[in-house]
Amino acid sequence: MVEKNNGVSSNTTATQPLWLLAEITYQCPLQCAFCYNPTDFDKHTQNELDTESWIKVLRQARDLGAAQLGISGGEPLLRKDIEEIVIEASSLGYYSNLITSGAGMNEKRIDALKDGGLDHIQLSMHDITEEINNFITNTKTFKLKQKIAAMIKDRGYPMVLNVVLHRYNIDHIKEILEMAEGLGADYIELANTQYYGWSLVNRDQLMPKKEQVLHAEKVTNEFRERIGNKMKIFFVVPDYYDDRPKKCMNGWGEVFMIVTANGDVLPCHSARVIPNLEFPNVRNTDVKQIWYDSPAFNKFRGTDWMKEPCRSCSEKENDLGGCRCQAMLLAGDAESADPVCSKSPNRHLIDQAIKDTENPGLEAKPIMFRSNKNSKKISEGEEKERLAKFHALP
Amino acid sequence: MTIKPEDIYKIAPHHRFQWEKAQDCYVILFPEGMVKLNGGAGEVLNLVNDNLSVEKITEALTKKFPDADGIDKDIIGMIEMALEKAWIEKTN
Repeated sequence: MVEKNNGVSSNTTATQPLWLLAEITYQCPLQCAFCYNPTDFDKHTQNELDTESWIKVLRQARDLGAAQLGISGGEPLLRKDIEEIVIEASSLGYYSNLITSGAGMNEKRIDALKDGGLDHIQLSMHDITEEINNFITNTKTFKLKQKIAAMIKDRGYPMVLNVVLHRYNIDHIKEILEMAEGLGADYIELANTQYYGWSLVNRDQLMPKKEQVLHAEKVTNEFRERIGNKMKIFFVVPDYYDDRPKKCMNGWGEVFMIVTANGDVLPCHSARVIPNLEFPNVRNTDVKQIWYDSPAFNKFRGTDWMKEPCRSCSEKENDLGGCRCQAMLLAGDAESADPVCSKSPNRHLIDQAIKDTENPGLEAKPIMFRSNKNSKKISEGEEKERLAKFHALP
Repeated sequence: MTIKPEDIYKIAPHHRFQWEKAQDCYVILFPEGMVKLNGGAGEVLNLVNDNLSVEKITEALTKKFPDADGIDKDIIGMIEMALEKAWIEKTN
Protein backbone atom coordinates (compact mmCIF):
# COMPACT_ATOMS: atom_id res chain seq x y z
CA MET A 1 0.00 0.00 0.00
CA VAL A 2 1.08 3.55 -0.51
CA GLU A 3 1.53 4.98 2.93
CA LYS A 4 1.01 8.59 3.79
CA ASN A 5 3.26 9.73 6.57
CA ASN A 6 5.28 12.58 7.87
CA GLY A 7 7.84 13.30 5.20
CA VAL A 8 5.94 11.32 2.66
CA SER A 9 4.26 12.79 -0.35
CA SER A 10 0.50 12.84 -0.13
CA ASN A 11 0.00 13.58 -3.79
CA THR A 12 -1.98 10.63 -5.04
CA THR A 13 -4.13 12.45 -7.56
CA ALA A 14 -2.13 11.50 -10.65
CA THR A 15 -3.05 7.89 -11.23
CA GLN A 16 -0.21 5.70 -12.32
CA PRO A 17 0.06 1.99 -11.89
CA LEU A 18 2.46 1.39 -8.99
CA TRP A 19 1.84 -2.33 -8.69
CA LEU A 20 1.95 -4.80 -11.51
CA LEU A 21 0.72 -8.28 -10.76
CA ALA A 22 1.75 -10.82 -13.36
CA GLU A 23 -0.56 -13.83 -13.07
CA ILE A 24 1.78 -15.74 -15.23
CA THR A 25 -0.02 -19.07 -15.32
CA TYR A 26 -3.28 -20.46 -13.97
CA GLN A 27 -1.80 -23.92 -13.67
CA CYS A 28 -1.16 -24.97 -10.09
CA PRO A 29 -0.40 -28.31 -8.47
CA LEU A 30 -2.19 -27.21 -5.31
CA GLN A 31 -5.98 -27.15 -5.15
CA CYS A 32 -6.67 -24.60 -2.42
CA ALA A 33 -10.30 -24.29 -1.48
CA PHE A 34 -9.94 -20.52 -0.97
CA CYS A 35 -8.18 -19.65 -4.23
CA TYR A 36 -9.38 -16.35 -5.67
CA ASN A 37 -8.55 -17.40 -9.24
CA PRO A 38 -11.55 -17.53 -11.56
CA THR A 39 -13.60 -20.69 -11.22
CA ASP A 40 -13.46 -21.02 -15.01
CA PHE A 41 -9.65 -20.72 -15.12
CA ASP A 42 -9.82 -23.85 -17.19
CA LYS A 43 -10.93 -21.62 -20.10
CA HIS A 44 -7.92 -19.33 -19.66
CA THR A 45 -5.12 -21.86 -19.41
CA GLN A 46 -4.51 -22.08 -23.15
CA ASN A 47 -2.64 -19.41 -24.98
CA GLU A 48 -0.32 -18.23 -22.19
CA LEU A 49 1.90 -15.26 -23.01
CA ASP A 50 5.42 -16.24 -23.98
CA THR A 51 8.60 -14.90 -22.38
CA GLU A 52 9.09 -12.20 -24.97
CA SER A 53 5.57 -10.87 -24.45
CA TRP A 54 6.07 -10.75 -20.68
CA ILE A 55 9.28 -8.80 -21.13
CA LYS A 56 7.44 -6.34 -23.32
CA VAL A 57 4.73 -5.96 -20.66
CA LEU A 58 7.33 -5.37 -17.95
CA ARG A 59 9.00 -2.63 -19.98
CA GLN A 60 5.77 -0.87 -20.86
CA ALA A 61 4.43 -0.95 -17.30
CA ARG A 62 7.73 0.23 -15.87
CA ASP A 63 7.74 3.21 -18.24
CA LEU A 64 4.33 4.05 -16.91
CA GLY A 65 5.54 4.06 -13.31
CA ALA A 66 4.97 0.54 -11.95
CA ALA A 67 7.62 -0.19 -9.33
CA GLN A 68 6.34 -3.21 -7.41
CA LEU A 69 6.10 -6.42 -9.37
CA GLY A 70 4.34 -9.53 -8.12
CA ILE A 71 4.94 -12.70 -10.10
CA SER A 72 2.03 -14.89 -9.28
CA GLY A 73 -0.33 -17.50 -10.65
CA GLY A 74 -1.46 -20.30 -10.26
CA GLU A 75 2.01 -21.45 -9.36
CA PRO A 76 4.49 -19.28 -11.26
CA LEU A 77 7.33 -21.76 -10.81
CA LEU A 78 5.58 -24.12 -13.20
CA ARG A 79 6.91 -21.79 -15.90
CA LYS A 80 10.50 -22.42 -16.92
CA ASP A 81 11.18 -18.79 -17.77
CA ILE A 82 10.70 -17.14 -14.35
CA GLU A 83 14.46 -16.72 -14.02
CA GLU A 84 14.60 -14.84 -17.32
CA ILE A 85 11.66 -12.64 -16.37
CA VAL A 86 13.26 -11.84 -13.00
CA ILE A 87 16.52 -10.76 -14.66
CA GLU A 88 14.59 -8.35 -16.87
CA ALA A 89 12.49 -7.06 -13.93
CA SER A 90 15.63 -6.39 -11.93
CA SER A 91 17.38 -4.53 -14.74
CA LEU A 92 14.29 -2.35 -15.15
CA GLY A 93 14.34 -1.39 -11.45
CA TYR A 94 11.26 -3.27 -10.23
CA TYR A 95 11.09 -4.43 -6.65
CA SER A 96 10.19 -7.97 -7.54
CA ASN A 97 8.27 -10.53 -5.54
CA LEU A 98 7.69 -14.17 -6.36
CA ILE A 99 4.38 -15.30 -4.89
CA THR A 100 4.61 -19.05 -4.58
CA SER A 101 3.31 -22.17 -2.89
CA GLY A 102 6.87 -23.48 -2.98
CA ALA A 103 6.02 -26.20 -5.49
CA GLY A 104 8.63 -26.19 -8.24
CA MET A 105 11.32 -24.50 -6.12
CA ASN A 106 14.70 -26.14 -5.64
CA GLU A 107 18.26 -25.16 -4.66
CA LYS A 108 19.29 -24.42 -8.21
CA ARG A 109 16.33 -22.22 -9.00
CA ILE A 110 16.39 -20.25 -5.76
CA ASP A 111 20.07 -19.45 -6.39
CA ALA A 112 19.41 -18.46 -10.00
CA LEU A 113 16.55 -16.20 -8.90
CA LYS A 114 18.76 -14.57 -6.28
CA ASP A 115 21.52 -14.02 -8.84
CA GLY A 116 18.92 -12.63 -11.23
CA GLY A 117 17.94 -9.97 -8.72
CA LEU A 118 14.69 -11.26 -7.22
CA ASP A 119 13.97 -9.09 -4.16
CA HIS A 120 11.71 -11.33 -2.17
CA ILE A 121 9.68 -14.48 -2.10
CA GLN A 122 6.25 -14.65 -0.57
CA LEU A 123 5.52 -18.17 0.53
CA SER A 124 2.02 -19.37 1.28
CA MET A 125 1.63 -21.35 4.48
CA HIS A 126 -1.59 -22.89 5.66
CA ASP A 127 -1.40 -24.15 9.18
CA ILE A 128 0.81 -25.50 11.91
CA THR A 129 -0.65 -28.94 11.37
CA GLU A 130 0.11 -31.19 8.46
CA GLU A 131 -3.48 -32.37 8.54
CA ILE A 132 -5.07 -28.97 7.85
CA ASN A 133 -2.36 -27.94 5.36
CA ASN A 134 -2.92 -31.06 3.33
CA PHE A 135 -6.68 -30.90 3.65
CA ILE A 136 -7.19 -27.30 2.53
CA THR A 137 -4.74 -27.54 -0.38
CA ASN A 138 -5.85 -31.08 -1.26
CA THR A 139 -2.16 -31.98 -1.62
CA LYS A 140 0.62 -33.30 0.57
CA THR A 141 2.64 -30.10 0.72
CA PHE A 142 3.24 -29.46 4.42
CA LYS A 143 6.84 -30.67 4.55
CA LEU A 144 7.65 -28.98 1.26
CA LYS A 145 6.63 -25.60 2.68
CA GLN A 146 8.78 -26.03 5.77
CA LYS A 147 11.72 -26.91 3.54
CA ILE A 148 11.22 -23.94 1.20
CA ALA A 149 10.82 -21.54 4.13
CA ALA A 150 14.23 -22.61 5.42
CA MET A 151 15.72 -22.23 1.93
CA ILE A 152 14.36 -18.68 1.61
CA LYS A 153 15.87 -17.71 4.95
CA ASP A 154 19.16 -19.36 4.14
CA ARG A 155 19.54 -17.39 0.90
CA GLY A 156 19.04 -14.07 2.69
CA TYR A 157 15.70 -13.14 1.15
CA PRO A 158 13.24 -11.26 3.32
CA MET A 159 11.01 -13.96 4.76
CA VAL A 160 7.45 -13.07 3.82
CA LEU A 161 4.75 -15.54 4.75
CA ASN A 162 1.17 -15.40 3.65
CA VAL A 163 -1.46 -17.33 5.56
CA VAL A 164 -5.02 -17.27 4.32
CA LEU A 165 -7.34 -17.57 7.31
CA HIS A 166 -10.55 -19.58 7.34
CA ARG A 167 -12.51 -21.54 9.87
CA TYR A 168 -10.11 -24.50 9.79
CA ASN A 169 -7.00 -22.59 10.82
CA ILE A 170 -8.13 -19.32 12.39
CA ASP A 171 -8.20 -20.75 15.91
CA HIS A 172 -4.52 -21.72 15.52
CA ILE A 173 -3.50 -18.11 15.05
CA LYS A 174 -1.19 -17.98 18.06
CA GLU A 175 0.63 -21.12 16.98
CA ILE A 176 0.83 -19.86 13.39
CA LEU A 177 2.44 -16.63 14.59
CA GLU A 178 4.84 -18.58 16.77
CA MET A 179 5.74 -20.78 13.82
CA ALA A 180 6.46 -17.67 11.73
CA GLU A 181 8.63 -16.27 14.50
CA GLY A 182 10.46 -19.59 14.74
CA LEU A 183 11.12 -19.59 11.01
CA GLY A 184 12.55 -16.07 11.32
CA ALA A 185 9.84 -14.40 9.25
CA ASP A 186 10.28 -10.68 8.63
CA TYR A 187 6.70 -10.23 7.49
CA ILE A 188 3.55 -12.24 7.87
CA GLU A 189 0.30 -11.50 6.16
CA LEU A 190 -2.71 -12.99 7.89
CA ALA A 191 -5.24 -12.68 5.14
CA ASN A 192 -8.78 -13.45 6.12
CA THR A 193 -10.41 -15.13 3.17
CA GLN A 194 -12.12 -12.73 0.82
CA TYR A 195 -14.95 -14.39 -1.03
CA TYR A 196 -14.28 -14.47 -4.76
CA GLY A 197 -13.72 -17.32 -7.17
CA TRP A 198 -13.23 -20.65 -5.40
CA SER A 199 -13.56 -19.18 -1.93
CA LEU A 200 -17.03 -17.89 -2.79
CA VAL A 201 -18.04 -21.33 -4.02
CA ASN A 202 -16.81 -22.68 -0.67
CA ARG A 203 -17.96 -19.81 1.51
CA ASP A 204 -20.26 -21.91 3.70
CA GLN A 205 -17.38 -24.22 4.49
CA LEU A 206 -14.67 -21.59 4.96
CA MET A 207 -16.21 -18.63 6.70
CA PRO A 208 -15.34 -18.39 10.37
CA LYS A 209 -17.78 -17.30 13.04
CA LYS A 210 -17.60 -13.78 14.38
CA GLU A 211 -16.14 -14.82 17.72
CA GLN A 212 -13.36 -16.69 15.91
CA VAL A 213 -12.42 -13.53 14.01
CA LEU A 214 -12.51 -11.36 17.12
CA HIS A 215 -10.32 -13.84 18.95
CA ALA A 216 -7.83 -13.97 16.08
CA GLU A 217 -7.61 -10.21 15.97
CA LYS A 218 -7.06 -9.98 19.72
CA VAL A 219 -4.33 -12.62 19.70
CA THR A 220 -2.65 -10.92 16.72
CA ASN A 221 -2.64 -7.54 18.47
CA GLU A 222 -1.13 -9.04 21.62
CA PHE A 223 1.54 -10.79 19.59
CA ARG A 224 2.31 -7.63 17.64
CA GLU A 225 2.73 -5.71 20.87
CA ARG A 226 5.25 -8.24 22.12
CA ILE A 227 7.28 -8.68 18.94
CA GLY A 228 7.43 -5.03 17.82
CA ASN A 229 9.42 -4.30 14.67
CA LYS A 230 11.09 -7.72 14.54
CA MET A 231 8.26 -9.18 12.51
CA LYS A 232 5.73 -7.04 10.70
CA ILE A 233 2.23 -8.45 10.91
CA PHE A 234 -0.50 -7.51 8.47
CA PHE A 235 -3.95 -8.59 9.51
CA VAL A 236 -6.27 -8.32 6.52
CA VAL A 237 -9.70 -7.87 8.04
CA PRO A 238 -12.64 -9.93 6.82
CA ASP A 239 -14.96 -7.31 5.37
CA TYR A 240 -18.15 -9.29 6.03
CA TYR A 241 -17.78 -8.57 9.75
CA ASP A 242 -17.37 -4.86 9.17
CA ASP A 243 -20.13 -2.37 8.47
CA ARG A 244 -18.22 -0.35 5.92
CA PRO A 245 -16.71 -1.83 2.77
CA LYS A 246 -13.01 -1.99 1.98
CA LYS A 247 -11.52 0.52 -0.46
CA CYS A 248 -10.99 -2.31 -2.87
CA MET A 249 -7.63 -2.28 -4.71
CA ASN A 250 -7.22 1.25 -3.32
CA GLY A 251 -9.65 2.28 -6.05
CA TRP A 252 -10.42 0.86 -9.49
CA GLY A 253 -7.60 1.71 -11.89
CA GLU A 254 -5.79 3.77 -9.24
CA VAL A 255 -2.58 1.86 -8.46
CA PHE A 256 -3.00 -1.80 -9.41
CA MET A 257 -2.80 -3.51 -12.74
CA ILE A 258 -3.07 -7.24 -13.25
CA VAL A 259 -1.90 -8.95 -16.39
CA THR A 260 -3.30 -12.46 -16.60
CA ALA A 261 -1.75 -15.55 -18.12
CA ASN A 262 -3.29 -15.01 -21.54
CA GLY A 263 -2.53 -11.28 -21.61
CA ASP A 264 -5.88 -9.85 -20.52
CA VAL A 265 -5.36 -6.81 -18.32
CA LEU A 266 -7.61 -6.32 -15.30
CA PRO A 267 -7.95 -3.60 -12.66
CA CYS A 268 -8.49 -6.28 -10.00
CA HIS A 269 -8.23 -10.05 -9.64
CA SER A 270 -11.91 -10.78 -10.12
CA ALA A 271 -12.92 -8.11 -12.63
CA ARG A 272 -13.90 -10.69 -15.23
CA VAL A 273 -17.11 -11.36 -13.30
CA ILE A 274 -18.45 -7.96 -14.31
CA PRO A 275 -20.56 -8.42 -17.42
CA ASN A 276 -20.35 -6.26 -20.53
CA LEU A 277 -16.82 -5.14 -19.83
CA GLU A 278 -14.29 -5.98 -22.45
CA PHE A 279 -10.82 -6.34 -21.00
CA PRO A 280 -7.98 -5.24 -23.24
CA ASN A 281 -5.13 -7.59 -24.05
CA VAL A 282 -1.41 -6.81 -24.18
CA ARG A 283 -1.06 -8.77 -27.42
CA ASN A 284 -2.72 -5.99 -29.35
CA THR A 285 -2.79 -2.95 -27.07
CA ASP A 286 -0.03 -0.99 -25.38
CA VAL A 287 -0.12 -0.99 -21.56
CA LYS A 288 -0.24 2.81 -21.49
CA GLN A 289 -3.26 2.91 -23.72
CA ILE A 290 -4.92 0.21 -21.60
CA TRP A 291 -4.30 2.10 -18.37
CA TYR A 292 -5.40 5.54 -19.52
CA ASP A 293 -7.84 5.00 -22.37
CA SER A 294 -9.55 1.63 -22.13
CA PRO A 295 -13.24 1.70 -21.20
CA ALA A 296 -12.62 -1.15 -18.71
CA PHE A 297 -10.06 0.82 -16.68
CA ASN A 298 -12.14 4.00 -16.75
CA LYS A 299 -15.44 2.35 -15.92
CA PHE A 300 -15.28 2.72 -12.12
CA ARG A 301 -12.62 5.38 -11.68
CA GLY A 302 -13.57 8.17 -9.30
CA THR A 303 -17.17 8.53 -8.10
CA ASP A 304 -19.20 9.59 -11.15
CA TRP A 305 -20.46 6.07 -11.82
CA MET A 306 -22.09 5.76 -8.41
CA LYS A 307 -25.75 5.22 -7.69
CA GLU A 308 -27.56 5.90 -4.44
CA PRO A 309 -26.87 5.41 -1.58
CA CYS A 310 -23.21 5.89 -2.55
CA ARG A 311 -23.69 8.98 -4.69
CA SER A 312 -24.81 11.23 -1.84
CA CYS A 313 -22.87 9.44 0.90
CA SER A 314 -20.49 11.61 2.92
CA GLU A 315 -18.06 8.68 3.15
CA LYS A 316 -17.90 7.89 -0.57
CA GLU A 317 -14.31 9.07 -0.95
CA ASN A 318 -13.18 6.84 1.95
CA ASP A 319 -14.14 3.55 0.36
CA LEU A 320 -15.24 4.45 -3.18
CA GLY A 321 -18.33 2.33 -2.67
CA GLY A 322 -16.33 -0.81 -1.83
CA CYS A 323 -15.76 -3.69 -4.18
CA ARG A 324 -17.40 -3.73 -7.63
CA CYS A 325 -16.96 -7.48 -8.01
CA GLN A 326 -18.56 -8.18 -4.63
CA ALA A 327 -21.50 -5.94 -5.59
CA MET A 328 -21.85 -7.93 -8.81
CA LEU A 329 -21.40 -11.39 -7.32
CA LEU A 330 -23.74 -10.89 -4.39
CA ALA A 331 -26.25 -8.27 -5.52
CA GLY A 332 -26.11 -8.79 -9.27
CA ASP A 333 -25.28 -5.14 -9.97
CA ALA A 334 -21.70 -3.95 -10.27
CA GLU A 335 -22.75 -0.31 -9.86
CA SER A 336 -24.55 -0.85 -6.59
CA ALA A 337 -23.06 -0.28 -3.14
CA ASP A 338 -20.91 -3.11 -1.84
CA PRO A 339 -23.40 -5.20 0.20
CA VAL A 340 -20.97 -5.13 3.11
CA CYS A 341 -21.96 -1.51 3.73
CA SER A 342 -24.68 -1.16 6.35
CA LYS A 343 -26.20 1.57 4.15
CA SER A 344 -26.58 -0.86 1.24
CA PRO A 345 -30.10 -2.15 0.58
CA ASN A 346 -28.43 -5.54 0.08
CA ARG A 347 -26.73 -5.79 3.48
CA HIS A 348 -29.11 -8.65 4.37
CA LEU A 349 -27.11 -10.86 1.98
CA ILE A 350 -24.05 -10.48 4.17
CA ASP A 351 -26.05 -10.87 7.37
CA GLN A 352 -27.45 -14.12 6.01
CA ALA A 353 -23.94 -15.38 5.22
CA ILE A 354 -22.94 -14.56 8.80
CA LYS A 355 -26.01 -16.34 10.12
CA ASP A 356 -25.14 -19.33 7.96
CA THR A 357 -21.85 -19.76 9.83
CA GLU A 358 -23.98 -21.06 12.70
CA ASN A 359 -25.63 -23.66 10.48
CA PRO A 360 -23.68 -26.93 10.71
CA GLY A 361 -25.72 -28.40 7.87
CA LEU A 362 -24.25 -25.95 5.38
CA GLU A 363 -20.72 -26.33 6.64
CA ALA A 364 -20.96 -30.09 6.25
CA LYS A 365 -21.35 -29.89 2.46
CA PRO A 366 -18.22 -31.02 0.65
CA ILE A 367 -15.61 -28.47 -0.40
CA MET A 368 -15.05 -27.98 -4.11
CA PHE A 369 -11.30 -27.87 -4.53
CA ARG A 370 -9.64 -25.73 -7.17
CA SER A 371 -8.87 -28.38 -9.74
CA ASN A 372 -8.95 -28.50 -13.51
CA LYS A 373 -11.72 -31.08 -13.26
CA ASN A 374 -13.89 -28.90 -11.02
CA SER A 375 -13.19 -25.84 -13.12
CA LYS A 376 -14.41 -27.71 -16.17
CA LYS A 377 -17.51 -28.83 -14.28
CA ILE A 378 -18.34 -25.25 -13.31
CA SER A 379 -17.66 -23.97 -16.83
CA GLU A 380 -20.03 -26.56 -18.19
CA GLY A 381 -22.76 -25.54 -15.77
CA GLU A 382 -22.78 -28.71 -13.68
CA GLU A 383 -22.80 -26.95 -10.32
CA LYS A 384 -25.76 -24.67 -10.92
CA GLU A 385 -27.52 -25.43 -7.66
CA ARG A 386 -24.50 -24.61 -5.54
CA LEU A 387 -23.84 -21.36 -7.38
CA ALA A 388 -27.40 -20.20 -7.83
CA LYS A 389 -27.28 -17.57 -5.09
CA PHE A 390 -24.27 -15.88 -6.65
CA HIS A 391 -24.36 -13.82 -9.80
CA ALA A 392 -21.98 -14.03 -12.72
CA LEU A 393 -20.09 -17.09 -11.53
CA PRO A 394 -17.88 -18.50 -12.89
CA MET B 1 17.83 7.10 20.11
CA THR B 2 19.84 10.32 20.11
CA ILE B 3 21.14 11.27 16.68
CA LYS B 4 24.79 12.42 16.85
CA PRO B 5 26.67 14.41 14.17
CA GLU B 6 29.14 11.60 13.57
CA ASP B 7 26.45 8.95 13.06
CA ILE B 8 26.36 7.22 9.69
CA TYR B 9 23.25 5.39 8.58
CA LYS B 10 22.41 3.17 5.65
CA ILE B 11 19.27 1.96 3.92
CA ALA B 12 18.03 -1.06 5.89
CA PRO B 13 18.34 -4.56 4.44
CA HIS B 14 15.39 -5.65 2.29
CA HIS B 15 14.67 -2.01 1.44
CA ARG B 16 15.56 -0.24 -1.73
CA PHE B 17 15.90 3.51 -2.19
CA GLN B 18 15.63 4.78 -5.74
CA TRP B 19 14.60 7.68 -7.93
CA GLU B 20 11.33 7.13 -9.76
CA LYS B 21 11.15 9.12 -12.93
CA ALA B 22 7.43 8.54 -13.47
CA GLN B 23 6.59 9.76 -9.94
CA ASP B 24 9.24 12.48 -10.02
CA CYS B 25 10.38 11.61 -6.50
CA TYR B 26 12.55 9.26 -4.48
CA VAL B 27 10.83 6.16 -3.14
CA ILE B 28 11.56 3.39 -0.69
CA LEU B 29 10.53 -0.06 -1.78
CA PHE B 30 10.21 -3.06 0.51
CA PRO B 31 8.12 -6.20 0.70
CA GLU B 32 4.47 -5.29 0.25
CA GLY B 33 5.14 -1.59 0.24
CA MET B 34 6.31 1.53 -1.50
CA VAL B 35 6.59 4.93 0.06
CA LYS B 36 6.92 8.09 -2.00
CA LEU B 37 9.19 10.57 -0.27
CA ASN B 38 8.64 14.29 -0.39
CA GLY B 39 11.46 16.54 -1.56
CA GLY B 40 13.13 17.07 1.82
CA ALA B 41 12.97 13.46 3.00
CA GLY B 42 14.22 12.33 -0.42
CA GLU B 43 17.22 14.68 -0.26
CA VAL B 44 18.19 13.46 3.21
CA LEU B 45 17.87 9.78 2.40
CA ASN B 46 19.76 10.23 -0.82
CA LEU B 47 22.73 11.46 1.22
CA VAL B 48 22.24 8.69 3.79
CA ASN B 49 22.44 6.33 0.84
CA ASP B 50 25.78 7.94 -0.07
CA ASN B 51 27.15 6.93 3.38
CA LEU B 52 27.48 10.49 4.64
CA SER B 53 27.45 11.26 8.37
CA VAL B 54 24.67 13.40 9.80
CA GLU B 55 27.15 16.28 10.03
CA LYS B 56 28.11 15.97 6.35
CA ILE B 57 24.45 15.68 5.34
CA THR B 58 23.69 18.89 7.25
CA GLU B 59 26.64 20.64 5.65
CA ALA B 60 25.65 19.57 2.16
CA LEU B 61 22.01 20.55 2.53
CA THR B 62 22.77 23.87 4.23
CA LYS B 63 24.95 24.71 1.27
CA LYS B 64 22.26 23.61 -1.17
CA PHE B 65 19.44 25.45 0.62
CA PRO B 66 21.09 28.47 2.34
CA ASP B 67 17.78 30.21 3.02
CA ALA B 68 16.10 27.30 4.79
CA ASP B 69 15.72 28.04 8.51
CA GLY B 70 16.31 25.25 11.03
CA ILE B 71 17.41 22.78 8.40
CA ASP B 72 19.53 20.88 10.94
CA LYS B 73 16.44 20.17 13.05
CA ASP B 74 14.49 19.05 9.97
CA ILE B 75 17.27 16.65 9.02
CA ILE B 76 17.37 15.11 12.51
CA GLY B 77 13.56 14.83 12.40
CA MET B 78 13.66 13.00 9.09
CA ILE B 79 16.36 10.62 10.25
CA GLU B 80 14.37 9.87 13.39
CA MET B 81 11.29 9.19 11.31
CA ALA B 82 13.21 6.91 8.92
CA LEU B 83 14.69 5.02 11.90
CA GLU B 84 11.28 4.59 13.47
CA LYS B 85 9.95 3.21 10.19
CA ALA B 86 13.00 0.91 10.03
CA TRP B 87 13.91 2.23 6.56
CA ILE B 88 17.48 2.95 7.71
CA GLU B 89 19.88 1.60 10.30
CA LYS B 90 23.02 2.80 12.00
CA THR B 91 26.35 1.59 10.70
CA ASN B 92 28.83 2.97 13.25
